[in-house]
Amino acid sequence: MRTFSMGGIHPPENKISAGKAIEQMPLPAQVTILLNQHLGAPALPLVQRGDRVKTGQLIAKAAGYVSANIHSSVTGKVLKLDEVYDPGGYRRQAVIIEVEPDEWVEDLVLSSTLKRECTLSPEDIIQKIQDGGVVGMGGASFPTHVKLSPPPGSKPEVLIVNAVECEPYLSSDHQLMLEKGMEIIVGTKIMMMALKVQRAVIAIENNKPDAIGLLERLAIPYSQIEVMPLAVHYPQGGEKQLIDAVLGRHVPSGALPVVTGAVVLNVGSVFATYEAVQKNKPVIDRVVCVTGKSVKKPGNYLCRIGISIQELIDFAGGMPDSVAKVISGGPMMGKALINTQVPVSKGTSGILLMDSKEALRKKVYNCIRCGNCIEACPMGLEPYLLMNLSELSDWENMEKECIMDCIECGCCSYVCPSNRPLLDHLRVGKFKVGAIIRGRKNQ
Amino acid sequence: MNIVLIAVIVLGGTGVILASVIFLTARKFKVFEDPKIDEVQQALPAANCGGCGYPGCRNFAEACVKSENLDGLFCPVGGNEVMKSVASILGREAVQAEPMLAVLRCNGTCAHRPKTNQYEGVSSCMAASLLYGGDTACTYGCLGMGDCVAVCQFDALSMDKETGLPVVDEAKCTACGACVRACPKNLFELRKKGPKSRRIFVSCMNKDKGALARKGCAVACIGCGKCEQVCAFDAITIKDNLAYIDYNACRLCRKCVEVCPTNSIWELNFPPRKKAAEQDVPAGTETGKNTASV
Repeated sequence: MRTFSMGGIHPPENKISAGKAIEQMPLPAQVTILLNQHLGAPALPLVQRGDRVKTGQLIAKAAGYVSANIHSSVTGKVLKLDEVYDPGGYRRQAVIIEVEPDEWVEDLVLSSTLKRECTLSPEDIIQKIQDGGVVGMGGASFPTHVKLSPPPGSKPEVLIVNAVECEPYLSSDHQLMLEKGMEIIVGTKIMMMALKVQRAVIAIENNKPDAIGLLERLAIPYSQIEVMPLAVHYPQGGEKQLIDAVLGRHVPSGALPVVTGAVVLNVGSVFATYEAVQKNKPVIDRVVCVTGKSVKKPGNYLCRIGISIQELIDFAGGMPDSVAKVISGGPMMGKALINTQVPVSKGTSGILLMDSKEALRKKVYNCIRCGNCIEACPMGLEPYLLMNLSELSDWENMEKECIMDCIECGCCSYVCPSNRPLLDHLRVGKFKVGAIIRGRKNQ
Repeated sequence: MNIVLIAVIVLGGTGVILASVIFLTARKFKVFEDPKIDEVQQALPAANCGGCGYPGCRNFAEACVKSENLDGLFCPVGGNEVMKSVASILGREAVQAEPMLAVLRCNGTCAHRPKTNQYEGVSSCMAASLLYGGDTACTYGCLGMGDCVAVCQFDALSMDKETGLPVVDEAKCTACGACVRACPKNLFELRKKGPKSRRIFVSCMNKDKGALARKGCAVACIGCGKCEQVCAFDAITIKDNLAYIDYNACRLCRKCVEVCPTNSIWELNFPPRKKAAEQDVPAGTETGKNTASV
């Protein structure tokens, strides 16, 4: 079975919520829609306090090319534009809407019947994706229309649909594939048309045999779409790792992944693309899995963007007493939240409730030069050395040791027998070196 | 005998030849260095702190010798005295500058700013600030892990365990600016030391709206504008719900301190007020505590 060539780990999978059918959440009383749910510039609000909005209406416009439109996920009255805590614990602009029964915008197709044919030109498809505010739904939230418009000079050959879901615990993509398989195949076809490529690979890790079987069956009429099972290996969902696993090609240090001829898109974004192009439905809801060892009702919930994470947790049986950490995303790369009032955004793939025993950091010992971190690093870096350099504030040598290649996957910290906080220090170094490089460019 | 003689002649000859080669090379490739650079360097404090903007004292000395009028060159550690002696070595006019000091613009002690979550990662302000906003409801305030203390070469900063905030030792601070650069929340500012070390400044960086700021921290600046109104010298401006006192315009009248509803304006090293004395509140001491925070 194929996988990427360098480093990586295999943490316990703990897919507790796998196989639980997607359940529709009831409408909340109030939603809080953040204006920076994507990478890049925050969107500019188009509504004011007191305005009435419909479900699917554009409420904030993309501010620049690398940015994304934001749509109202509910019908109701805009209570206020205010600053609320984002998952990072900083205050960000958000639109707060009081919810009334749904009243959808006119051109939105509500029926769930499959629409296979798409006769639009590639430019129109990309325009529709941009209008619909589709971003990477795996967590990084990079605007999809930017990815579909590769820089001049590069020629994409293959579309890779990232359906590996390599993070432990998470299961939202898995369930989405099981229930919306055909839509995903059509979405893949549409994206191939937008990219003008002749081949697509849907990469799925081998711990989801039902999804692999289903998509393989559904893809039979589409000879250009291949479903590729991959060995379970973290961080296979990383863009560079996935290209390596599927095509055996390496992205050079500092280059864009598209130089290898591959464009990687998350399966959630493919589904969102299908809805945006075929149904005129912008990103207003998503599947979020609520999981954790002591959660009463772990499962995959379809909820509107902007609902508070507390409501999701309540819906899943309430907050267990033993929980010490609430994480947005998976245990490896997710972000611990500072409170549960944070709203769900386009990139929220899961809510993980970690027990105090699991969440605690252990006592740190000295480095014993075992080299486990070097073996585990999927980018071929030397984390122990980078951590030392970071502690010495030696940014110059960190740059020479390719700190900017670090993908912050956390494998080094995971394997360290001395529990050293390698990733924390690497992140500091990456930030400092990044600032130095930007400063040099601006000079 | 013969062997000894040969050995002496061969080795001696080689020595002479090599010595002349070295001599000639040294002459040929000699780099002229102004002896004044050494002299200036001798006069500098040799702290190599980088406070002047140059990597070390030697580079600063070179820059001094090269420059024509010492404009923009100032050693914050040595201060006016060192700059005078540098100027006398170079026979130029000394640039005088007011002595500066680092002040901490966060007043949010543990008592004023309750913790809302628990941080477990590496004990470094920079690492924590890259992860999230901080362990209190104020995302602008001090994280209290002492990156500034670690970076201070002059032992002028220390963590106060009770308040959880760093304390500037006025006697030791040289205004090199290392803490200003180290703090990820930009809480340090170099301000004029002032006559008799008296200073007034807004000890807060919270840009949230008043109610939110107040909710997160009892002594936050809420941007109410009372100080701006009362200031007779236009020294106070309010931007993003935060007041700032321009130290060049401030005449140290202390009116703003009185009207501040949240006690976020600090006065340092002033004699106790009559009213304050009645309440038995000591004036600011060298440790940086002030009437407002006690």
